[in-house]
Amino acid sequence: MASNSSWSPSSRELERRIARRRISRRQITIAALSSLLVIGALILATLSSPGWEVVKKTFFDIDYGKEVLPTVLKGIWLNLKLTVIGSICIGAIALALAILRTTKSAALTPFRFLAAAYTDIFRGVPLLLVILLVGFGVPALQLKAITSNVTILGSIAVILTYSAYVSEVIRSGILSIHPSQKSAARSLGLSSAQTMRYVVLPQALRRVIPPLLNDFVSLLKDTGLVSILGVIDAIRAAQINSSRTFNYTPYVVAAILFLLITIPLTRYTDKAIRGTYSRQNAEGAI
Amino acid sequence: MQPVLEIINLRKSFGTELVIDDLSLEVPVHTATALIGASGSGKSTLLRCINLLESIDDGRIKLDGIEISDPEIDQDEIRRKLGMVFQSFNLFPHMTVRENIELSPIKVQKKSREEAHQIADQLLKRFDLLDKAEQYPDRLSGGQQQRVAIIRSLAVNPRVLLLDEVTSALDPVLVNEVLSIVRDLKGDGMTMILATHEMGFATQVADQVCYLESGKIIERGTPSQVIENPTHPKTRDFINRVHQAGRL
Repeated sequence: MASNSSWSPSSRELERRIARRRISRRQITIAALSSLLVIGALILATLSSPGWEVVKKTFFDIDYGKEVLPTVLKGIWLNLKLTVIGSICIGAIALALAILRTTKSAALTPFRFLAAAYTDIFRGVPLLLVILLVGFGVPALQLKAITSNVTILGSIAVILTYSAYVSEVIRSGILSIHPSQKSAARSLGLSSAQTMRYVVLPQALRRVIPPLLNDFVSLLKDTGLVSILGVIDAIRAAQINSSRTFNYTPYVVAAILFLLITIPLTRYTDKAIRGTYSRQNAEGAI
Repeated sequence: MQPVLEIINLRKSFGTELVIDDLSLEVPVHTATALIGASGSGKSTLLRCINLLESIDDGRIKLDGIEISDPEIDQDEIRRKLGMVFQSFNLFPHMTVRENIELSPIKVQKKSREEAHQIADQLLKRFDLLDKAEQYPDRLSGGQQQRVAIIRSLAVNPRVLLLDEVTSALDPVLVNEVLSIVRDLKGDGMTMILATHEMGFATQVADQVCYLESGKIIERGTPSQVIENPTHPKTRDFINRVHQAGRL
């Protein structure tokens, strides 16, 4: 590496730096002024519109919001629990499904067929319908061995559907690994199972982490659908409160709580996606 | 003496395209066989067939007298005996250099971690790559990556090494560091089959040279016979074209 110590910028470079600073100062001023103008106008228009007082009372009643916050908070804690437990089960089932569908083992042929049917069905049926079928349908069977706890049944329905989605994401990751990696592994004497375990899966999973984070955010939101079974999650808690008072602030409180979790997650996902792409491009450059 | 590798009337097609056409070849122990010929002449496919990465349409392949083209045979066991190095290196990008080399000794040969470590260290030291042991492949130059790929295939102690155009993806200045490893291995007595475009190198290192065209061996003999004084008009034409391209 060449030494840089004897270098000092030329007078032309110093001039350029001053000019660059001037330009960037001007641009910051313009950006600040235009933001202030547009946002200020929007706020002014909202506050001065004739309906604002009613809107404020129905959706943004701060005192009422504070009052319902504990129950809604308790509800979203359930959503979070369901999301965490659900994602662990989903991960395990989806991984098994994806591996089943991408292996050629003769003994697994019937399972491969069943796995394909499973993903087709659960990707194609609306989640809400699965929740209703499992949550209301299964207790109707009156089987002793099976729980009639709607929270558990609702979670099972969500897990069933999401396993199908996630298995497709993982499968696409497995298929995206270049066959030359498999050739290399097999030529070293690794069996096809070892090739999957040590060479294909680690690369595939790394590649699908960003889309899986997306699914994780969707899962958190969709756990709210189990409220249809009467499970008191954040949405149900808000609904109970607002149906009592005909004030919709509890819904807004629930929405804000969801956003507090989902926005950081989606931001992080965006970052992860950008990271993956720049890494892949770097690989291509070599 | 029985040849290490024997290919008898091999035939392979992809769909309607015949890639290997009734090809026979014997590879004696401790010798290097160079496969030369234009792209698409069947060199790579022949190597992939030998390594059982492609199923064959007809003929037989024997390793130490045992027919490895028998569908009942344990293919993983055979592949372990046949090291293969690819044009595009195919290192595992999620593993360090050391992990790449130790994977097969540990997982396939069930060697202990220490033993695998020793093998890797010894090879890395010999080929001057010990300082790269803990690096990931994308931090290495093409020549270094290919050298690691060769070491990786040597770590399982193969009976035969198959080299598929190992310098074709490399910068001209990096070609030599890879070729010098191959020369060293030849000195060790490693039995090798190499598909190559480097005629000068084939002349130096090969005991026999086969000129392939349309999946057939057109001419076969010592380097001085095939590369320097080809008798078949097709071989002569090919060698002339290589000369014109300034690659000899």
